[in-house]
Order: sequence, then structure tokens, then C-alpha cells
Amino acid sequence: MTSPVVEVSHLRKAYPGAGRGAAPKTAVADVSFQVARGEIFGILGPNGAGKTTTVECVAGLRHADGGTVRILGHDPQADPTTVREHVGVQLQEAALHDKITVGEALDVFGSFYPQRADSAELLDLLDLTAQRDQQFGKLSGGQKQRLSIALALVGRPQVAILDELTTGLDPAARRATWDLVERVRDSGVTVLLVTHFMDEAERLCDRLVVIDAGRVVAEGTPAALIEGLEGHRGVRLRFADAAARARAARLLTALSERDDDVAAVVPAGDEIEVTGTRKVLFAVVQALAAADVVPDDVRTVERTLEDVFVQVTGREYRAEENEEVAA
Amino acid sequence: MTAVQTAVVGRAGLRARGFGTLFATELKVWLREPTGVFFALVFPSLLLLGLGLAIPDFSKPMTDAPPPWNEAPGVTSYLPTILALAVGTIALTTMPVQFATFREKGILKRLSTTPMPPQNLIGAHMVINVLALIVSASAAVVGSMLVLGVPFAADPLTVLLVLVLSTTAMFSLGLLVAARAEKGATASGLGMLIYFPSLMFSGVWVPLSVMPDWMETIGLYLPLGAAAQGLTVGWFGTEGFPLAQVLVLVAWTVVLFPLGVKLFRWT
Repeated sequence: MTSPVVEVSHLRKAYPGAGRGAAPKTAVADVSFQVARGEIFGILGPNGAGKTTTVECVAGLRHADGGTVRILGHDPQADPTTVREHVGVQLQEAALHDKITVGEALDVFGSFYPQRADSAELLDLLDLTAQRDQQFGKLSGGQKQRLSIALALVGRPQVAILDELTTGLDPAARRATWDLVERVRDSGVTVLLVTHFMDEAERLCDRLVVIDAGRVVAEGTPAALIEGLEGHRGVRLRFADAAARARAARLLTALSERDDDVAAVVPAGDEIEVTGTRKVLFAVVQALAAADVVPDDVRTVERTLEDVFVQVTGREYRAEENEEVAA
Repeated sequence: MTAVQTAVVGRAGLRARGFGTLFATELKVWLREPTGVFFALVFPSLLLLGLGLAIPDFSKPMTDAPPPWNEAPGVTSYLPTILALAVGTIALTTMPVQFATFREKGILKRLSTTPMPPQNLIGAHMVINVLALIVSASAAVVGSMLVLGVPFAADPLTVLLVLVLSTTAMFSLGLLVAARAEKGATASGLGMLIYFPSLMFSGVWVPLSVMPDWMETIGLYLPLGAAAQGLTVGWFGTEGFPLAQVLVLVAWTVVLFPLGVKLFRWT
């Protein structure tokens, strides 16, 4: 077993409170995780959960108050040089002068590193070849974001930290960026992906941690996390008319009282939603078939990481629920 | 911010890998901002030549000045003020905006994640600003000599010394102005707030020769005022060495530079 590329244990970080004598604000209370070589590892959570602070500690931009961080076997605070040479970072905000061209930016950033990626290859990978001589200020949001990723990769990093890389992009650009992140991983780079988008994490991450209020509340592969949801399978049924729907509702409510696999029956518009264990679909279909009540449509409710978040925190997932703690 | 400072201290200085590329690119990009280039390079000469040609007294010889200056045109006494203005313009209008914009756009923070320390970007721009100042001051001197017939400095070494010290004092002030501003616009506003009074005391509106004594006294203790006075003494060479002005400029540098460095926020 190879040692993890990134190892964070019991990370803690607080910022001074606003104003004199104010209590410090805890951004990260207790975060631990390990990232293996070659995976896309996600740090998922609502804004203000402590994601950015966590990766800034990993990148050596901030000093942790407690816990340890190791990246490529080095402590980013004690040994920043090695970390900076082998870790590429893409920060949330655009970080270039408006008048610098794409090609110049790549050349400048490339010159900082002992090994540098080939500019032409990188531009091709990021679909920016046509923009080579264009100034940063004139790029579209998606192009800026792609350039930002290119700059994170220009030093041939072993690890790339990508923070909220699809925020503000249109759906097509988001999907293109996702494909790109996979290509980056396929080229041998370990990716640490910070996101508040559930769908992004689910689509991209091999493994992830869900962070809420500075703590890890769930950890695993997206599939395993979703699989682990208990009593949260759902079936939606639609009927030809209200009479059939009412009959089905009575039938299924009775079923839920005698069958442990069926947890709840709730009307959902002109449909009925039945939740329960993984056997709920069978139970419902059998009961309806026995009574000869034929639904027009039956579909299973897709479960997402959002349901995982609801289960572990007991509240709705709202990505923008509180402001990111800024230093 | 000490934590961040220690975190970013690394391979600082001209020997850092890629510094040459960084410097060359920053210079290229700097030249793409026409407004900045105009004020840093052209504005002082343009003001000097414009006023020198437009104001009648500036073309007449200074008959009440001691020889050989009684034959020099009136604008001669304005040249040292313009040199001080050249320093002040770069230090208070160009520099603070540049540095605060680097912070605003996250460029300093972005560099902190690379092997290139963000201090080197500031260093590169200090060098660019010094180069700009050399161009701008030379243009004012050469232009006024060729077009307006201004005689060359009586004591060029003193002029050079005062110019260097004015640059260290004023650039330190510019660094301090930029040290905390989160936005380019904030730094620009603060810079202007210091720039215009500074110009007044260095004789841009009321020439030093006719400035009331109380203004001259205040001016002596201000960096740009001391700069203009010291440059005047060096240019005319009739009053010996501008010791008081030189000491004032050294004092400002010694106080402002460490303060600017200490307060400078890298994120």
C-alpha cells in the first residue's frame, strides 16, 4: 500500500473575531481525511463549512491552529518549498492582470517551476489554443477558469487543488470542465476538488468527505454514501384519475402499517410517493397487483448526495446558507 | 499576518527561478496601460514644457538671480519641482494602485502557492517604477534644456543624491499607502489625498521662489517638499549642500519603509 498523497488529521483553524474582544470564529473544528495517489478526492459542503480554509492549510497558505497536514510526505508549513514546487493550486478568484495574454501567463508561471509542462500541449488539453494571444480580461468566464486550471498544471504538479472551479459557469461549460478534470486525473495528477455542488461531487469524485460547520460528517465513495442511506428508497406512482389514486393511497397506507419495508405514504401533487427500504418497490408493486390497481407510471426516486447530507446533518442542503468565513 | 509572511518567505530576490521572465512580462504588461504610462513617463515633461512655453515669466531671464543664473529662463526654477512631481506621481498614483490591485485580484495570494514569492512581484514593480522614473526625469531635464534653454545643474551629484533619496522616501510612502488597501480604488483615493497637498508644498502651484515662508517651512518636513527644495539647491548650487532636506528624506525613508513592509498584507 502506497502512502497517501495528502493526509490531514484533526485539522483545526479559527480566525480572530470581528471587533475587539470578539470570540474567534472557528472555520475548521476537526477535519481528517486521506487522499490516495491518482484519485479525484472531493471536499463537499455548503459555503462557510470550512472547505476553503482546509485546502488553504493543505496548500500552505495558512497555518493551522491544531492537527497535522502532510502533502507528498511534507509539512506545508515547515517545508513550503517542496510543496509549492509539486502542488498546483487553482484559487476561487481570478488571479491575473487583465492585460496579460494567455500565452504570457503560462510562460511566466511555467518559469517558476523546476519542470514545466509544454505550453502547446496544455493549451490543447484546456481548449485554449485559439486564445493564446488573447488578453485575460477579454476571456469568457469558462476560458478564464480553464486558464486558471492550466496555470495550476503548468509546473507538472503531482497534486492539483481545484477550488470551486465551476462556480459561475453555464451548464455546458461545467460539463466540459468536468471532462477536463477527469483528463487531468488520467494524466497522473491527484486532484483535490473543493465544491459546494452536490452533482459535481457525485459526477467527479472517486471519494469524498462532506464537511459541515468545520467537521467531517460523511466520508466515502459517492455510490457507497448513497447506498448507505437507510429507509430512504422512494417510489413515485401516477394514476389515471383521482378515484384510482385515492384507492391506491388507502391500499398503500394499510400496507405501510403491516409491512416494515414500507415506511411512509405521502401525496405528492397528483402522484403518491412511497418511501421505505430497498424492498419498497417490490412490496408496492405486489400490493397493487394483488388488488388490480394499475398505475399509469411508476418510477423510483433518484437518491443523491443531497439526501446523504440531509440524513447526516438533519437539515436541508442549501449551498449558500452562510457566508464563507473570510480572513 | 505574520503567519502568512513566514509562509511566503522563501526564495526571495533576483536569483529566484523565473524572476527574469516575471520581470520582462510585468514590464510588457505595464506598457499596455496607456493612462499609467502617460502619467508615469510623459506627464511631468508635458507639464514642464507646456507651462514653460505658455507662461511669459517662464521664458524671461531671471534678472534678480545671482550670476550665471540671471541669464537663465524663469522656468529653470520650476524644473526641480517637476522632478519632484515625477517622483510623487509614480509613488502616489502609479504604485499604490498597482500593488492594491495585485491584492484585489488575488495575484499576491496566487503567487504564494507557487515557488515564486509574491515579494518578488512587488520587487519587480519597484524596479519598473525606478526605470520609469529615470525615463521621466531624464525626459524632463533633456526636454527643458533643448526646448526651453534651461542650463544644466550646477551640482549634478547633489541632484542625483536628492533624487535617489526622494525616490526611497516617496516609494516607501507609496508602499505604505498600498499596504492595507483591499481594492485598487481605495489605494488610488488615499494616494490622491496625499498627492495633491504634496504637490502644493513642492511648488507645483505656488513656485518655491514665491512661496510664503510658512509654507516653505512645512514643505521642508514633507517628503515631496524636501525633495523639491533639495533638488532646487542642487540645481542652482548657490546655497551649498541641502543637508536639512537630505536628513528629512532619510528620516522618512527609515520610518516609512519598514512600516510599509510590516503592514503590507499579502492576501
